[in-house]
Amino acid sequence: MKKRDIILAAVVLALAGIVWAVLQFAPGQTGSMLRITVDGQVYGEYSLEENRTIGIGGTNTCVIANGIVSMTEADCTDLICVHTKSIDARGGTIVCMPNRVVLEIVDPRGDGDTPDAVAG
Amino acid sequence: MKKNALTTQKTARLGLLTAAAMILSYVESLIPFFPGVPGIKLGLPNLVTVWLLWLGTAGEALAVSVMRILLTGFLFGNLYSILFSLAGGLLSLAAMAVLRRLEGFSIYGVSILGGVCHNMGQLLVAVLVVETYRLAWYLPALLVSGVVTGAVIGVISGILVRRLAFLWKEEKR
Repeated sequence: MKKRDIILAAVVLALAGIVWAVLQFAPGQTGSMLRITVDGQVYGEYSLEENRTIGIGGTNTCVIANGIVSMTEADCTDLICVHTKSIDARGGTIVCMPNRVVLEIVDPRGDGDTPDAVAG
Repeated sequence: MKKNALTTQKTARLGLLTAAAMILSYVESLIPFFPGVPGIKLGLPNLVTVWLLWLGTAGEALAVSVMRILLTGFLFGNLYSILFSLAGGLLSLAAMAVLRRLEGFSIYGVSILGGVCHNMGQLLVAVLVVETYRLAWYLPALLVSGVVTGAVIGVISGILVRRLAFLWKEEKR
Protein backbone atom coordinates (compact mmCIF):
# COMPACT_ATOMS: atom_id res chain seq x y z
CA MET A 1 0.00 0.00 0.00
CA LYS A 2 1.59 3.25 -1.13
CA LYS A 3 0.95 6.73 0.21
CA ARG A 4 -1.09 7.76 -2.83
CA ASP A 5 -3.31 4.69 -2.51
CA ILE A 6 -4.24 5.79 0.99
CA ILE A 7 -4.82 9.39 -0.15
CA LEU A 8 -7.09 8.12 -2.94
CA ALA A 9 -9.13 5.99 -0.54
CA ALA A 10 -9.32 8.85 1.98
CA VAL A 11 -10.54 11.31 -0.69
CA VAL A 12 -13.32 8.94 -1.80
CA LEU A 13 -14.38 8.27 1.78
CA ALA A 14 -14.39 12.00 2.55
CA LEU A 15 -16.54 12.59 -0.55
CA ALA A 16 -18.96 9.91 0.66
CA GLY A 17 -19.10 11.62 4.05
CA ILE A 18 -19.85 15.01 2.47
CA VAL A 19 -22.58 13.61 0.21
CA TRP A 20 -24.09 11.76 3.16
CA ALA A 21 -24.07 14.92 5.31
CA VAL A 22 -25.70 16.97 2.53
CA LEU A 23 -28.39 14.32 2.04
CA GLN A 24 -29.17 14.41 5.76
CA PHE A 25 -30.20 18.04 5.42
CA ALA A 26 -32.09 17.59 2.17
CA PRO A 27 -35.78 17.03 2.87
CA GLY A 28 -36.81 13.51 1.94
CA GLN A 29 -40.06 12.83 0.13
CA THR A 30 -42.59 11.49 2.59
CA GLY A 31 -46.17 10.66 1.77
CA SER A 32 -49.14 8.41 2.01
CA MET A 33 -49.17 6.88 -1.46
CA LEU A 34 -47.12 4.24 -3.20
CA ARG A 35 -46.33 5.08 -6.81
CA ILE A 36 -45.29 2.28 -9.12
CA THR A 37 -43.38 3.26 -12.24
CA VAL A 38 -42.51 0.91 -15.08
CA ASP A 39 -40.13 2.07 -17.80
CA GLY A 40 -40.56 5.68 -16.71
CA GLN A 41 -44.38 5.47 -17.06
CA VAL A 42 -46.63 5.59 -14.00
CA TYR A 43 -48.17 2.16 -13.59
CA GLY A 44 -50.42 3.02 -10.68
CA GLU A 45 -50.72 4.75 -7.32
CA TYR A 46 -51.95 3.01 -4.21
CA SER A 47 -52.83 4.13 -0.70
CA LEU A 48 -50.53 2.83 2.00
CA GLU A 49 -53.50 2.39 4.33
CA GLU A 50 -55.01 -0.41 2.32
CA ASN A 51 -53.39 -3.83 2.63
CA ARG A 52 -53.03 -5.44 -0.77
CA THR A 53 -50.87 -7.45 -3.10
CA ILE A 54 -50.07 -5.85 -6.44
CA GLY A 55 -48.87 -7.72 -9.50
CA ILE A 56 -46.72 -5.48 -11.66
CA GLY A 57 -46.79 -6.30 -15.37
CA GLY A 58 -46.26 -10.02 -14.83
CA THR A 59 -42.65 -9.51 -13.74
CA ASN A 60 -42.81 -8.29 -10.16
CA THR A 61 -45.12 -8.51 -7.17
CA CYS A 62 -45.20 -6.09 -4.28
CA VAL A 63 -47.20 -6.12 -1.07
CA ILE A 64 -48.61 -3.31 1.06
CA ALA A 65 -49.12 -4.54 4.61
CA ASN A 66 -49.84 -2.19 7.56
CA GLY A 67 -48.39 0.75 5.68
CA ILE A 68 -45.17 -1.06 4.81
CA VAL A 69 -44.29 -1.73 1.17
CA SER A 70 -41.99 -4.52 0.09
CA MET A 71 -41.21 -6.25 -3.18
CA THR A 72 -41.97 -9.92 -2.73
CA GLU A 73 -41.37 -11.40 -6.16
CA ALA A 74 -39.33 -10.65 -9.25
CA ASP A 75 -38.49 -12.80 -12.25
CA CYS A 76 -34.92 -11.55 -12.55
CA THR A 77 -31.87 -13.43 -11.33
CA ASP A 78 -30.34 -10.95 -8.90
CA LEU A 79 -33.49 -10.31 -6.81
CA ILE A 80 -31.92 -7.11 -5.53
CA CYS A 81 -35.32 -5.42 -5.23
CA VAL A 82 -36.74 -8.30 -3.18
CA HIS A 83 -33.86 -7.97 -0.73
CA THR A 84 -34.09 -4.18 -0.54
CA LYS A 85 -35.31 -2.86 2.81
CA SER A 86 -39.06 -2.25 2.85
CA ILE A 87 -40.34 1.33 2.62
CA ASP A 88 -43.12 3.19 4.42
CA ALA A 89 -44.68 6.66 4.81
CA ARG A 90 -41.29 8.08 5.87
CA GLY A 91 -40.24 7.72 2.25
CA GLY A 92 -37.91 5.54 0.26
CA THR A 93 -37.43 3.82 -3.05
CA ILE A 94 -37.25 0.21 -4.19
CA VAL A 95 -35.84 -0.37 -7.66
CA CYS A 96 -35.87 -3.45 -9.87
CA MET A 97 -33.29 -2.55 -12.49
CA PRO A 98 -33.75 -5.47 -14.92
CA ASN A 99 -37.49 -4.81 -15.22
CA ARG A 100 -37.25 -1.00 -14.82
CA VAL A 101 -39.76 -1.11 -11.98
CA VAL A 102 -39.60 1.65 -9.36
CA LEU A 103 -41.63 1.73 -6.16
CA GLU A 104 -41.58 5.10 -4.45
CA ILE A 105 -43.47 6.94 -1.76
CA VAL A 106 -45.26 10.08 -2.94
CA ASP A 107 -47.47 12.67 -1.36
CA PRO A 108 -50.64 13.03 -3.46
CA ARG A 109 -51.20 16.63 -2.37
CA GLY A 110 -47.75 18.15 -2.52
CA ASP A 111 -46.80 16.42 -5.75
CA GLY A 112 -46.67 18.43 -8.96
CA ASP A 113 -47.38 15.46 -11.22
CA THR A 114 -50.89 14.77 -12.41
CA PRO A 115 -52.35 12.05 -10.20
CA ASP A 116 -52.97 8.99 -12.29
CA ALA A 117 -56.08 6.91 -11.91
CA VAL A 118 -55.60 4.11 -9.43
CA ALA A 119 -55.33 0.88 -11.37
CA GLY A 120 -57.61 -1.82 -10.07
CA MET B 1 7.18 -12.63 -34.14
CA LYS B 2 5.02 -9.54 -34.12
CA LYS B 3 4.62 -8.14 -30.65
CA ASN B 4 0.84 -7.94 -30.69
CA ALA B 5 0.21 -11.07 -32.74
CA LEU B 6 -2.65 -13.17 -31.46
CA THR B 7 -0.81 -16.44 -31.04
CA THR B 8 -2.57 -19.72 -30.41
CA GLN B 9 -1.16 -19.70 -26.92
CA LYS B 10 -2.51 -16.23 -26.23
CA THR B 11 -5.93 -17.10 -27.65
CA ALA B 12 -6.14 -20.16 -25.40
CA ARG B 13 -5.02 -18.18 -22.39
CA LEU B 14 -7.53 -15.38 -22.91
CA GLY B 15 -10.26 -17.98 -23.40
CA LEU B 16 -9.28 -19.64 -20.15
CA LEU B 17 -9.32 -16.31 -18.32
CA THR B 18 -12.72 -15.44 -19.80
CA ALA B 19 -14.05 -18.77 -18.51
CA ALA B 20 -12.52 -18.07 -15.09
CA ALA B 21 -14.14 -14.62 -15.03
CA MET B 22 -17.52 -16.16 -15.95
CA ILE B 23 -17.23 -18.67 -13.11
CA LEU B 24 -16.32 -15.88 -10.67
CA SER B 25 -19.35 -13.96 -11.90
CA TYR B 26 -21.56 -16.96 -11.15
CA VAL B 27 -19.96 -17.61 -7.75
CA GLU B 28 -20.53 -13.99 -6.86
CA SER B 29 -24.24 -14.26 -7.65
CA LEU B 30 -24.45 -16.99 -4.99
CA ILE B 31 -22.92 -14.84 -2.26
CA PRO B 32 -25.52 -12.76 -0.43
CA PHE B 33 -24.81 -9.06 -0.04
CA PHE B 34 -25.35 -6.77 2.91
CA PRO B 35 -29.07 -6.49 3.71
CA GLY B 36 -30.68 -3.10 3.18
CA VAL B 37 -28.03 -1.86 0.77
CA PRO B 38 -29.01 -3.35 -2.57
CA GLY B 39 -26.64 -4.21 -5.35
CA ILE B 40 -23.38 -4.27 -3.45
CA LYS B 41 -21.13 -6.99 -4.74
CA LEU B 42 -17.55 -7.94 -4.08
CA GLY B 43 -16.58 -7.73 -7.74
CA LEU B 44 -14.89 -11.12 -8.01
CA PRO B 45 -14.65 -11.02 -11.85
CA ASN B 46 -12.57 -7.88 -11.35
CA LEU B 47 -9.80 -10.17 -10.06
CA VAL B 48 -9.24 -11.32 -13.64
CA THR B 49 -9.36 -7.76 -14.98
CA VAL B 50 -6.82 -6.43 -12.47
CA TRP B 51 -4.60 -9.47 -12.97
CA LEU B 52 -4.60 -8.95 -16.75
CA LEU B 53 -4.00 -5.23 -16.35
CA TRP B 54 -0.88 -6.08 -14.37
CA LEU B 55 0.56 -8.95 -16.34
CA GLY B 56 -1.06 -8.54 -19.75
CA THR B 57 -2.21 -5.42 -21.54
CA ALA B 58 -5.16 -3.08 -21.15
CA GLY B 59 -6.47 -4.38 -24.49
CA GLU B 60 -6.49 -7.95 -23.24
CA ALA B 61 -8.21 -6.87 -20.03
CA LEU B 62 -10.83 -5.07 -22.15
CA ALA B 63 -11.39 -8.08 -24.42
CA VAL B 64 -11.83 -10.50 -21.51
CA SER B 65 -14.12 -8.09 -19.59
CA VAL B 66 -16.41 -7.44 -22.54
CA MET B 67 -16.59 -11.12 -23.48
CA ARG B 68 -17.35 -12.09 -19.89
CA ILE B 69 -20.11 -9.47 -19.58
CA LEU B 70 -21.73 -10.40 -22.91
CA LEU B 71 -21.58 -14.16 -22.28
CA THR B 72 -22.88 -14.08 -18.70
CA GLY B 73 -25.44 -11.49 -19.80
CA PHE B 74 -26.82 -13.69 -22.57
CA LEU B 75 -26.74 -16.77 -20.34
CA PHE B 76 -28.24 -15.42 -17.11
CA GLY B 77 -29.34 -11.85 -17.63
CA ASN B 78 -31.13 -9.64 -20.10
CA LEU B 79 -30.35 -6.60 -22.23
CA TYR B 80 -30.55 -4.26 -19.29
CA SER B 81 -28.29 -6.29 -17.07
CA ILE B 82 -25.72 -6.32 -19.90
CA LEU B 83 -26.00 -2.55 -20.28
CA PHE B 84 -25.68 -2.18 -16.54
CA SER B 85 -22.62 -4.41 -16.31
CA LEU B 86 -20.95 -2.79 -19.31
CA ALA B 87 -21.32 0.69 -17.83
CA GLY B 88 -19.67 -0.36 -14.59
CA GLY B 89 -17.08 -2.59 -16.22
CA LEU B 90 -15.91 -0.16 -18.89
CA LEU B 91 -15.75 2.92 -16.66
CA SER B 92 -13.89 0.90 -14.04
CA LEU B 93 -11.44 -0.55 -16.57
CA ALA B 94 -10.75 2.84 -18.17
CA ALA B 95 -10.06 4.44 -14.79
CA MET B 96 -7.82 1.56 -13.71
CA ALA B 97 -5.84 1.57 -16.98
CA VAL B 98 -5.14 5.30 -16.56
CA LEU B 99 -4.19 5.04 -12.89
CA ARG B 100 -1.93 2.07 -13.62
CA ARG B 101 0.20 4.33 -15.84
CA LEU B 102 0.45 7.09 -13.24
CA GLU B 103 3.33 7.21 -10.78
CA GLY B 104 2.88 6.35 -7.13
CA PHE B 105 -0.11 4.03 -7.18
CA SER B 106 0.06 0.33 -6.38
CA ILE B 107 -2.32 -2.48 -7.27
CA TYR B 108 -4.38 -1.59 -4.18
CA GLY B 109 -5.04 2.00 -5.25
CA VAL B 110 -5.84 0.93 -8.80
CA SER B 111 -8.28 -1.71 -7.57
CA ILE B 112 -9.93 0.73 -5.14
CA LEU B 113 -10.51 3.25 -7.95
CA GLY B 114 -11.84 0.40 -10.09
CA GLY B 115 -14.35 -0.60 -7.40
CA VAL B 116 -15.53 2.98 -6.92
CA CYS B 117 -15.84 3.68 -10.67
CA HIS B 118 -17.70 0.41 -11.22
CA ASN B 119 -20.34 1.51 -8.71
CA MET B 120 -20.51 5.02 -10.14
CA GLY B 121 -21.00 3.74 -13.69
CA GLN B 122 -23.82 1.47 -12.58
CA LEU B 123 -25.50 4.20 -10.55
CA LEU B 124 -25.33 6.53 -13.55
CA VAL B 125 -27.02 3.99 -15.83
CA ALA B 126 -29.59 3.22 -13.13
CA VAL B 127 -30.50 6.90 -12.87
CA LEU B 128 -30.81 7.19 -16.67
CA VAL B 129 -32.84 4.00 -17.09
CA VAL B 130 -35.36 4.36 -14.27
CA GLU B 131 -35.35 8.17 -14.48
CA THR B 132 -35.28 8.64 -10.74
CA TYR B 133 -32.68 11.03 -9.38
CA ARG B 134 -33.61 9.78 -5.91
CA LEU B 135 -31.11 7.00 -6.44
CA ALA B 136 -28.55 9.61 -5.34
CA TRP B 137 -29.39 8.34 -1.86
CA TYR B 138 -27.27 5.30 -2.62
CA LEU B 139 -24.24 7.39 -3.55
CA PRO B 140 -22.48 7.47 -0.14
CA ALA B 141 -23.04 3.75 0.42
CA LEU B 142 -21.77 2.95 -3.07
CA LEU B 143 -18.66 5.12 -2.65
CA VAL B 144 -17.75 3.47 0.66
CA SER B 145 -18.48 -0.03 -0.58
CA GLY B 146 -16.42 0.65 -3.71
CA VAL B 147 -13.41 1.49 -1.53
CA VAL B 148 -13.90 -1.56 0.70
CA THR B 149 -14.53 -4.11 -2.05
CA GLY B 150 -11.81 -2.53 -4.20
CA ALA B 151 -9.30 -2.92 -1.36
CA VAL B 152 -10.26 -6.58 -0.84
CA ILE B 153 -9.97 -7.31 -4.57
CA GLY B 154 -6.66 -5.42 -4.63
CA VAL B 155 -5.18 -7.60 -1.87
CA ILE B 156 -6.30 -10.84 -3.55
CA SER B 157 -5.13 -9.61 -6.96
CA GLY B 158 -1.73 -8.78 -5.49
CA ILE B 159 -1.39 -12.36 -4.25
CA LEU B 160 -2.59 -13.75 -7.59
CA VAL B 161 -0.15 -11.59 -9.55
CA ARG B 162 2.75 -12.89 -7.42
CA ARG B 163 1.74 -16.54 -7.53
CA LEU B 164 0.42 -16.81 -11.07
CA ALA B 165 2.94 -14.58 -12.83
CA PHE B 166 4.58 -17.67 -14.35
CA LEU B 167 1.52 -18.18 -16.56
CA TRP B 168 2.48 -15.06 -18.46
CA LYS B 169 6.28 -15.08 -18.23
CA GLU B 170 6.51 -18.38 -20.08
CA GLU B 171 5.27 -16.78 -23.26
CA LYS B 172 7.56 -13.78 -23.09
CA ARG B 173 10.70 -15.92 -23.00
